[in-house]
Parts: sequence; structure tokens; C-alpha cells
Amino acid sequence: MTRQERNWLLVAPAGAWFLVMLVLPLSVVLVFSFGERGPAGGYVPAFTLEQYANLPARLTAFKNTLILAPLGTLAALLIAYPLAYQLAVRTDPKWKTILLVLVIVPFWTSILIRSYAWIFILGGRGLPALLEAIGIEGVRLIYTPLAVTIGIVYGYLPLMVFPIYVALDRLDKRLLEASSDLGARPFRTFLQVTLPLSIPGVATGCLLVFILLMGEFLIPALLGGGKVFFVGNALVDLFLQSRNWAFGSAVAFTLIVIMLVTVTIYMRLIARLRLGRDDAQIM
Amino acid sequence: MEDNGHISKRKFMEELRRYQKGSVTRRHFLGVTGLGTATAVLGAAVPGLRPRPAFAQDIGDRVVLATWPNYHDTANFDAFTDATGAFVQVNVFGSNEEMLAKLQAGGSGWDVFVPTNYTITTYVGEDLIEPLDVSKLPNYDPAAFDPRFADAGTVDGTLYAVPKNWGTTGFAVNTAHDGGTPLATWKDFFDRTKTDFSGRTMVHDYQLTTIGNALKYFGYSFNSVDPAELADAEKLLIEVKPHLFAISSDYQPAMRSGDAWLTMCWTGDGKQMNSDMPEIAYVLGREGGEIWSDYYAIPKGAPHREAAYALINHMLDPAVNAREVLAHGYPVADANTNALLPAEILNDPILYPAQELLDALEFGAAATLTDPNRAELLARFKSA
Repeated sequence: MTRQERNWLLVAPAGAWFLVMLVLPLSVVLVFSFGERGPAGGYVPAFTLEQYANLPARLTAFKNTLILAPLGTLAALLIAYPLAYQLAVRTDPKWKTILLVLVIVPFWTSILIRSYAWIFILGGRGLPALLEAIGIEGVRLIYTPLAVTIGIVYGYLPLMVFPIYVALDRLDKRLLEASSDLGARPFRTFLQVTLPLSIPGVATGCLLVFILLMGEFLIPALLGGGKVFFVGNALVDLFLQSRNWAFGSAVAFTLIVIMLVTVTIYMRLIARLRLGRDDAQIM
Repeated sequence: MEDNGHISKRKFMEELRRYQKGSVTRRHFLGVTGLGTATAVLGAAVPGLRPRPAFAQDIGDRVVLATWPNYHDTANFDAFTDATGAFVQVNVFGSNEEMLAKLQAGGSGWDVFVPTNYTITTYVGEDLIEPLDVSKLPNYDPAAFDPRFADAGTVDGTLYAVPKNWGTTGFAVNTAHDGGTPLATWKDFFDRTKTDFSGRTMVHDYQLTTIGNALKYFGYSFNSVDPAELADAEKLLIEVKPHLFAISSDYQPAMRSGDAWLTMCWTGDGKQMNSDMPEIAYVLGREGGEIWSDYYAIPKGAPHREAAYALINHMLDPAVNAREVLAHGYPVADANTNALLPAEILNDPILYPAQELLDALEFGAAATLTDPNRAELLARFKSA
């Protein structure tokens, strides 16, 4: 067996995986998106652009998603960064592992059950009842956009914490001392040393959370009370309720294209940011 | 480690480390921590381990039932397992559309499912449902069933489904909050959602009932697919949307906690809430609304066909069926079962509403379920 043959053989499992798990399903979605809905639902082969022409019927869902996904990512980042910073920079090493495990522990339970628990925490007998006890009345939390945001930050927090933690943990602490020796105040050290060096972690965390949020449907359905409608919810309804597989495929494919475009732009921006910093170092 | 004993936290972390470092296998890790046992139980391995009592015919070790939430007495399933050795694996669904979607996609693995009257012709048309062999259902006594709730099981002279329960779709209202003015109509339901029930009302996440009841507000048919009438219903729904607490078919928790005061509601949920909290009343809109009946049926290609017949026959046994009614609060159309039920159930106005209220109700139609315009209307309502 030649070296080249061996290489092909080694790549074969991964290649087969991509073919079966990625290329084939995506091809099915693409083919279905040019079809038609059968009289009792399902899919009837056809070649029509009708489904794509019908996309404006889900415009609100796309709009909601494109607003929520970046906002949810930002909210998760603002809460995760101080936590990751505390864990990586300020915490005594002997506590680190325990605290990290505590961040993962919720992942051992299904997101469905954890979101359901939030229904009771945010419901009238949960937090609002507590607030009423201290004199703040008439607060409604459950089934509001705020409840959805809380659920999202809660659900996705670990995905944001870990990449940032890793980036900050690898940070050479002597750089902080050097900055201090050169007369920088702590805040300036943070802005000019810590933050730039943690950007790769922030970028990875944001990407992970953003991509998953674009397809999110469970949290809006459970904590938004069905009134907050995203592309994920539109897809669930199209496949499981109205059984309009052709239109559902068109919506799904459009979502994939939107994600490819936004993620590409995002990666370009991040790459440029790093490039800019390298230039600064050379100077 | 001792059998079935709990593992200490420290020991768990030690084992986790060993597993992470690769010094123990995954199987060892799952075994000592008990996670493997949990997985095995979830994997429905249990029926195979159970002792198999003698049964006239070997029907296999399991039967898969696709049904609705809060719709059975599990003791009846246990009795079935004891008698036949077949374990009843229950899958719960939220809507008929979801059931139809799973069967259309194929490979559902179900043996018995519980379709509602208006879906059966669609299943027959799509060739997804098995004609029933009555000789395998000795407990099925067609003469005992009220034809109103049994007719939909027969399509073009062939029996495809036997009746389970029937019921109505009305609304449940917490009377502690109605200010002394009771609600009696769908007009009340939507008008008062905009006033004294604002922020406290729930509607189903289900086009059939939510649109159907909005149509009744105007006095149109529950099943209307007329574009002008649907446009009226849409306008009403979008008007009330800012006043809704939620769009969800899971309304019991919010009604019980007091977060919601008014909701579209099915008979059994109304009965279950009213039994625990008498201030929650179940009302049928005077304009009409939906009456429905559910059936037991066998999908084409059921993997355990004999077990499916055995389970349906077991559930049709009047003694078993009577226990079901006591557990879930939905009426049956079977005179033999009713003969076993206590008078307070048979006289309960939630289960058996007054005749003039029943007369105004309509059965859902197959065309209503599959109408694409109604589906699009609901999507616009939810995203508005």
C-alpha cells in the first residue's frame, strides 16, 4: 500500500461521515425546498420556486431571530466574561476545579427539564411572589421576552464561559505585572493587556452561542409562552403541525444561507482585528 | 462497590478522573457510577427481564402506544403486562398533526395509536392505517357504542378504528376573578380577554381549536375554510394577542398556579382542574364549538401486531375502561362501561353536558385539519 493510498484510507471514515451526516441531509433539504406540499401534507416532487417566493410569510420569524441571536449572545457574553475572569485570574487554583465542575453540572440534566423548572421560578408563585413579599407588586416575568432572554443566558452560559476561561487561563500573568510596573492602572491593564489577549476565547464563545441561538426553538416555546416566535419555532410548526415539508425546507435552507453569510462576515472581522493587533505589536 | 448502593461524591469524582485519564473503560465508569443502570432502564430493557407468565399466544415482550397526555390509568397497563408479558411503552403527543407527521415520515415503530375522528379518513387515504380484524377484538361490542362517537372509525364500510373516549372543547375559567359576571359564550371569552381578563387568558397552540373557536365568536362554522370568515377570525386573534398570557396547549400548570384565569380547555383537563379547585369552572360556549371522539387504531407495518390487538382488546374490557374514565375524566360512548360507572360521573355536567349545549357542537372535519390556509393563519397569529 502506497503512502497516498494509506492516507485516503485514513480519511475515509471522516469522509463517509460527512457524506452521510452532512451532504446527504442537506441535499434532501435542498431538493425538498423546490417541491410542493401534498394535499394531506408531506412532500410532492416538483420543480418550483413557489416556496422561496412564499418566504415573506415568515419574515417576522426571521426578523425576531436576527434580533434575538446577537442580543442573546451579547447578554451571555456580558455575564460570562466576569465569571470566566474571576475563575481564571482571581480564584485560588485549589478551588478552580470545583467551581468549573459547578459550571458544568447543569449540563447533566436535559435543557428541557431545566427550562421547565424556570417556568415555575418565573411563574406567579416563584420570583414575583418573593418580590411581592418585599413590596414590589405586579411584576410579570413568565411568558415575556425577558423570560426568554433569562432562559437563553442560563442555557448557553457554560458555552460562553469555557472558551473565555481557557483564553484567560493561558494568559501569562507576568504580563499583568509588567503592565503594572510600567505604571498602568488595573483598568488600563485590563483594556490593553487582558481583553485583547482573551479575544480568541470571546470570539469562539460568541460563535458557538450565536450559531445555536439561530436555531433555538425550545426556550421561546417554553418560556415565551408561544408568543415569541423564531425561525426554529416556525420550522417545528411547518414540519410537525402543518406538515408543509417543502416550505419548511425552503425556510431551513434560507436559515442555513443566512448563517453562512453572517458567520463568514464575523470570521473576517475577527481575523482583521487580530491582524490589526499584530501590526501594532510590530510598531 | 455494593449492589444498588449509592456512590459517594468523592468516589464519583475519582472514577470520573480515572475514566478521563483512560485508565478505566467507559463501561466500567458507567457501571460503578450507576449511570449505566439508568441508561439501561431508559433503554426499555426491563420488559425482557420480566418473568413471562403463561399466555395463550406469544405476543412478544412489548407494545408501543402513541397517545395523548393524562389519558390513561397506568395500573391498567401493569395489569396487561402481568397477563401477557408484554410491556406497554407509551409515547405522548401534543397534536394530531404531530402524530400524522410522524406516521407520514415512516418508521414510527408504533403498534397502537389514538387518532381523533377527523384524521381517520386522511390516514386511510395516505394508506397509513390497518383495517381491523374484529375476530381479534372479542371485547368490541359495536351495538353498545353510541354511533355518534363510533361512526368515524368506519371508512367506506371498512372498520379501521374502535372508539376510546369522546369529549368537548370549551373553556375553563377561574370564577374567583370574573367579578360576579359569569362567562357563557365564545364572545365573552374573547371580549373579556381584552378587558378584565387581560394578560390572563390562554389559547391552544393548535389551529383547529384556536381558529375554530375564534370563528364561533362570529357565529361561523367551527370548520370554516372560507377566506372571508377566516380573515375575520384572524383579525380577532391578532387583536387579542397582546392580551394573552400564552399560546400553549399545556395550560393546567398556569391555571393551577393562578397565573392564568381563563383558557381554552378539553373535557378531561376541565374535570381534573375542577376536582382539585372547584373555583375553576368548565364552560361550553353557547354558540357551539367542537365535539370530538378518539379511537384506538393500528398503523400499517406495526412491529408488534398481535400485541396491538391484545392491548386494544384489553382496553375495551368494560371493567378496564371504567377504571380509565375514573382516572382521566373523559366520557366513553360504550353502554357496557357506563353501566359500571358511579352515578355522580354519569351526572357530571362537565363530562356529560346538557343536550342543548351538545347540539350546538360540531365534529372537526378532515379538511379543517389539512387546510394550508388555516396553518398559515396560525403562523401569522403566533409571529404577530
